[in-house]
Amino acid sequence: MDLKELYQEIILDHGKNPRNLRKTENFNKDAKGHNPLCGDNVHIYLKLNENKKVEDISFEGHGCAISMASASIMTDLVKGKEETEVKEIVNDFLDMIKEKEELQNKILNEDEKTKLMCLSGVKQYPMRVKCATLSWHTLTSAIDDFQKIVNTEN
Amino acid sequence: MNIDNIKKEFPIFDEKIQNNDLVYLDSANSSQKPRVVIDRIYDFYTKEFSNVGRSVHYLAVAATNLYENTRTSVQKYINAKDKNEIVFTKGATEAINLVANTFGQKYLEEGDEVLLTELEHHSNYVPWHFLRNSKKIKIEFAEINEAGEVTIEAIKNKITNKTKIISVTHLSNVTGAILPIKEIVELAHSKNIPVLVDGCQGAPHLKLDMQELDCDFYAISGHKMYGPTGIGVLYAKKKWLDDLPPYQGGGGMINDVKKTGISYGELPNKYEAGTMATAQVIAFNESIKFMEKVGIENIEYHEKELLDYGLDILRKNNSIKIVGNPKNKGGVISFIIEGVHPHDIATILDEDGVAIRAGHHCCQILHEKLKLPATARASFGVYNTKDDIDQLSKSIENCKKIFNL
Repeated sequence: MDLKELYQEIILDHGKNPRNLRKTENFNKDAKGHNPLCGDNVHIYLKLNENKKVEDISFEGHGCAISMASASIMTDLVKGKEETEVKEIVNDFLDMIKEKEELQNKILNEDEKTKLMCLSGVKQYPMRVKCATLSWHTLTSAIDDFQKIVNTEN
Repeated sequence: MNIDNIKKEFPIFDEKIQNNDLVYLDSANSSQKPRVVIDRIYDFYTKEFSNVGRSVHYLAVAATNLYENTRTSVQKYINAKDKNEIVFTKGATEAINLVANTFGQKYLEEGDEVLLTELEHHSNYVPWHFLRNSKKIKIEFAEINEAGEVTIEAIKNKITNKTKIISVTHLSNVTGAILPIKEIVELAHSKNIPVLVDGCQGAPHLKLDMQELDCDFYAISGHKMYGPTGIGVLYAKKKWLDDLPPYQGGGGMINDVKKTGISYGELPNKYEAGTMATAQVIAFNESIKFMEKVGIENIEYHEKELLDYGLDILRKNNSIKIVGNPKNKGGVISFIIEGVHPHDIATILDEDGVAIRAGHHCCQILHEKLKLPATARASFGVYNTKDDIDQLSKSIENCKKIFNL
């Protein structure tokens, strides 16, 4: 295991200065996520336009560098994408974190993929995988209008 | 037994943990086990196993005697008046649930108050919360002061004529504050209020004398006392155990069972339904003997030395903020590093073999009060040394380096 792979510059940067850490005005979808083991909380706000495109996405919450960076990078990458594309990105990200070696995704460009791949170091730290996935599950929940709070333990 | 090389008694310290020597600073969570305890479990299962208290064959009688020997050892260790005041449970959590359930059933009614403190572990809050729903009781919390301690005045402030029981921790697993239990008990008893003490952190680190403390109930966790998991103790004054209804029903706790009715067994069987954690209870006797051999005074002295040394080193580090500053403090240091989340601290320290805990330590009420979602915590046991604390300090520096602090 290598800490440098987990705490890459880009992760530290996004962890320290998270992008889109605010509340979207006139959001039309939102969901909350909670990790009871470490107390991390995230609230995702989403504004989909009439073409089901992500006009704006933001989040509020607190957590470790991994969870903040993951939420920050996620919001950056899905902005401007269509709902179906967002779902595909979420699924491919979760596949990468859980099983696959590489990130396989047709929607993101190479730069975006590289950015997302930075989070793959967490795979070597099973106790921290939930930190990286919390905001992604919460995003799915927001899109699907799922009423229940996402909980990493249930 | 020399406390300076006591690590040798704990086989886990011979192991390499991810190629590192283990620096175990998570004893408030659970302590490591000395060889005598581990061997006792193995020996019991290989040479002596039988269920207890039921059959008349040789092994059953021998196992029953061993099981009861632990009861006597615990009684002596905590200076309880009567052997039957010791009830084995699966842990301190079950011990507190037992009291909340049975005392609640018999003595609590709508509007009655249970007084806890803001320091309580979830295991000394959630069992009482159940009674909020079932009995419509109220729960009050004695407040902490800036040092992270609960004073006798804070308790006094929250006692009303509706207070029916006070349930408080002996030693906070976050701030390390040691509560003035004797004074709390005296005050409570002057108003005819019984007191339960959550002794999870008290029992492994402080000298216990039930007759002197005079509390009504004292909950003990075996696995924090160098003993096996799955074993705890409820000390309760005999008058309460005689008076309160049984907790769980099943084999072993009955006297006579008919289609038309059931009568319950005598103490201590009344509260030990079903097959208990027999091997663990028997091995727990070795934990008690181990602690007696080292001497609780020596353990207290040793851990105080480590605490002072640790506080001294960490206070010199400007990036570290220590949570709570109680005058009377046990071997627990909770801290935060500005700019690094406790979980990141724990992961980075783990890379050097330094095991700490990060999170809310099952004390969400306290963390909410402190306005901290999480803290990092180093806690000490008899096996820790000043070298462990030096390594902690070194790994914290590495943590700062990774985060460019």
